[in-house]
Amino acid sequence: MIRFFRRLREARLLGMNQRNADYIMRCNPRCYYPLVDDKLTTKRRAEAAGINVPRLYGVIEIEHQIRRLPELLQGVDDFVVKPAHGAGGNGILVITGSRNGRYRRGNGLLMELDEIGHHISNILSGMHSLGGQPDKAMIEQRVVFDPLFDRVSYQGVPDIRTIVYQGVPVMAMVRLPTRMSDGKANLHQGAVGVGLDMGTGRTTTAVWKNTFVDTHPDTGEPIAGLKIPAWDTLVELAARCHGLAHLGYLGVDVVLDRHRGPLVLELNARPGLSIQLANRSSLLKRLDRVDALGSLPANPADRARLGRELFALPSPPEPQQQTQPDKVVEFPRM
Amino acid sequence: MKNLHLKLLALTLCALGAAGTWYKVSVIGLPLQPDAETLVWTVEARINFRAEGGPSQLHFHIPSGPLGFTVLGEDFVSGPYGLAREVDGNNRVALWTARRASGEQSLYYRIRLAEDRNGNDLLTGPQPPFPAVPDYPEPYGSAAMALLEDVRQESADIASFTRRLLLRYNADTPDEGVKLLREEADNDLEHTRNIIHILAGARIPARMVMVLQLRDRMRRGNLESYLEVHNGSEWIPFNPRTGQRGYGDDLLAWYRGDAELLTSSGISGAQVEFSAARTVREMVSIAEQRAAQQGSLLMDFSLLSLPVQTQNMYRILLMVPIGALVMVFMRNVVGVSTFGTFMPILIALAFRETQLLWGIFLFTVIVAAGLAIRFYLENLKLLLVPRLASVLIVVVLLLALISILSHKLGLDRGLSVALFPMVILAMTIERMSLVWEEHGPNEAIKQGLGSLAVAVVGYAVMFQEQLEHLIFYFPELLLVVLAVTLLMGRYTGYRLTELWRFRHLLRAQERS
Repeated sequence: MIRFFRRLREARLLGMNQRNADYIMRCNPRCYYPLVDDKLTTKRRAEAAGINVPRLYGVIEIEHQIRRLPELLQGVDDFVVKPAHGAGGNGILVITGSRNGRYRRGNGLLMELDEIGHHISNILSGMHSLGGQPDKAMIEQRVVFDPLFDRVSYQGVPDIRTIVYQGVPVMAMVRLPTRMSDGKANLHQGAVGVGLDMGTGRTTTAVWKNTFVDTHPDTGEPIAGLKIPAWDTLVELAARCHGLAHLGYLGVDVVLDRHRGPLVLELNARPGLSIQLANRSSLLKRLDRVDALGSLPANPADRARLGRELFALPSPPEPQQQTQPDKVVEFPRM
Repeated sequence: MKNLHLKLLALTLCALGAAGTWYKVSVIGLPLQPDAETLVWTVEARINFRAEGGPSQLHFHIPSGPLGFTVLGEDFVSGPYGLAREVDGNNRVALWTARRASGEQSLYYRIRLAEDRNGNDLLTGPQPPFPAVPDYPEPYGSAAMALLEDVRQESADIASFTRRLLLRYNADTPDEGVKLLREEADNDLEHTRNIIHILAGARIPARMVMVLQLRDRMRRGNLESYLEVHNGSEWIPFNPRTGQRGYGDDLLAWYRGDAELLTSSGISGAQVEFSAARTVREMVSIAEQRAAQQGSLLMDFSLLSLPVQTQNMYRILLMVPIGALVMVFMRNVVGVSTFGTFMPILIALAFRETQLLWGIFLFTVIVAAGLAIRFYLENLKLLLVPRLASVLIVVVLLLALISILSHKLGLDRGLSVALFPMVILAMTIERMSLVWEEHGPNEAIKQGLGSLAVAVVGYAVMFQEQLEHLIFYFPELLLVVLAVTLLMGRYTGYRLTELWRFRHLLRAQERS
């Protein structure tokens, strides 16, 4: 056991206690938490800063407004309902279309309008929020995902998590939903985490339920070698989010919209540690390298370039056969 | 140095806690073990006499700071007499006086003594004047001198001299000289006086002590004489009949000197009877009394000064910090996930009343039944707070139902189910059902078992008799607990569960 501890320390893996004590407490002043914990605030600040986010259709703040739901949803066929203070992807309702007054959820189930109303009312009463305080419900644009990950995800929302340390993107992974995670891109709930080469934006290794995998558990397709389109833009987007939240240790979740490109979905003041498993590499070593630099460039674009250069893999993964570099290829939909 | 401030703070807290504990153990004598007991003697002297109508006065010796005992209390029953306590040389004296009293009278003196094993047992005193060699008559003188000369040859110091002398004097088959010396002394008092007289021939200061041999349920006991010789720095007691050195555990020195126990005027037929009884009492209560006598502020403002009911509450409340420490350990060092931060501690508190196995059984039954009902309520699409309230009501009904059922079945343990914190149970059920829906039954059951496991560990740690005793009587130890908790607050090492979580990564890195 002690030998195991020593090996963990030698591998310089970041543990939960150290993350909390040495990084979150030191780099993330408590007063800026509301900026990221409230997704509505994040969204508005991001919009003001010119960072692309999913469009907001409406906000429901009090129970009474639920009656106005039909007006709000007039002419909107697909949308997402999410709590402004939700955590871990809880309480997110994805509607992909409507037929005869019924709404079709992301997982294919049909839903009545008043069921959506009940879901919103649960959100308002704080069922999904951190600490159970009353919450707001956001209704926003459903992101039409870039088909890149279609073969390696099961329903739901594949997103790209980047850890931004002192404004420098240090590590990134793609989170692919599985049948087990119920469409959520949360590694705890069974999503697949896929490491990304910071230099090229190509997928490398993958982890599922804390074990290493090469293929997606549901689709059986190989995961490595996929290239994220507009990678440089995405890294810069993540770097710019640092200025948005004033947090030194930040997780930026980005989704790839087929039409609008990378959109910032949410920011996270307490990003998890599994990204190390997905990349099979130590976060601590990279954080130390950023610390060792001393002065960091002020410009987000320069910091993004710095991150891409510092943490590029010496031998980037081979591109997958079907993929052509820098060009998005449409895969047959499942 | 990293975290110097924190380390200094922790060190200070530890030092404060340790100092308080040390004081209580060594000065006040609070035991570190629960159930530590000590013998308590209740000794009573009863004086029966006949008052002759006129003014009367009684002058009665009473013990003063006897060796090997702690005085817990003294009472006097004085009847019509006025009482004064005086110090007379080495002794204390009770002085009973009455202007006019007649008929049969009884006066009582009662002293309660606790055995004090770690107390001082040296009777230091300044060197008394050396007695002059008495002018012995012959042939007594020659016999005494011959005996003293023999004894001097066989001894090294005053103590061994006295011991040799006593052995020779008390020999079963005495030689002619000793027979001669023993001739005059025919009772206990004379016996000791005679020895003091002989010791004076060697210019050894000696004095008589009147002692009471304590026996349980003794009635009509009498004082016996004892011998103390001074060796230049302290008085050394000897049994003048056996040569045994020191007072045993059960000898109470009543007074010193050759005076009468009771001197009186205006009365007749005075008789003194001693009785004694032995009881066993907790060391804790003895220590309390000792502290009260010493006027110890620390004990005066301790939990022991509270009403007993409040004390009993604090016995439990003070264990909560220990539970919190267990919680910190289980979450930050082991890495167990639980429902709610302190819920397992509250469950562990309930386990104390229900006993462990019953507690686990009842907890499982209630949570399972509550979950079933919570899932039914889910269909009704209730708002959060009314739903929580409904679950709470159901939990209360379940508690009542279990109590009634178990009572009817004759399982009285089941009644204690009412002690479960029902609001906590309701919240647990609510959170468990949320986790169940959002993260699947595996996660919910995992966290449920985690909570239960932490509760069991907490129970095992919190409700050890030894620890409970320590924390209740030495609450300053909680400062040490606080220090440990503060230090754990800066623990940045790995959690045990992270070994498991990162195991594949480690293996992969090892291979490469």
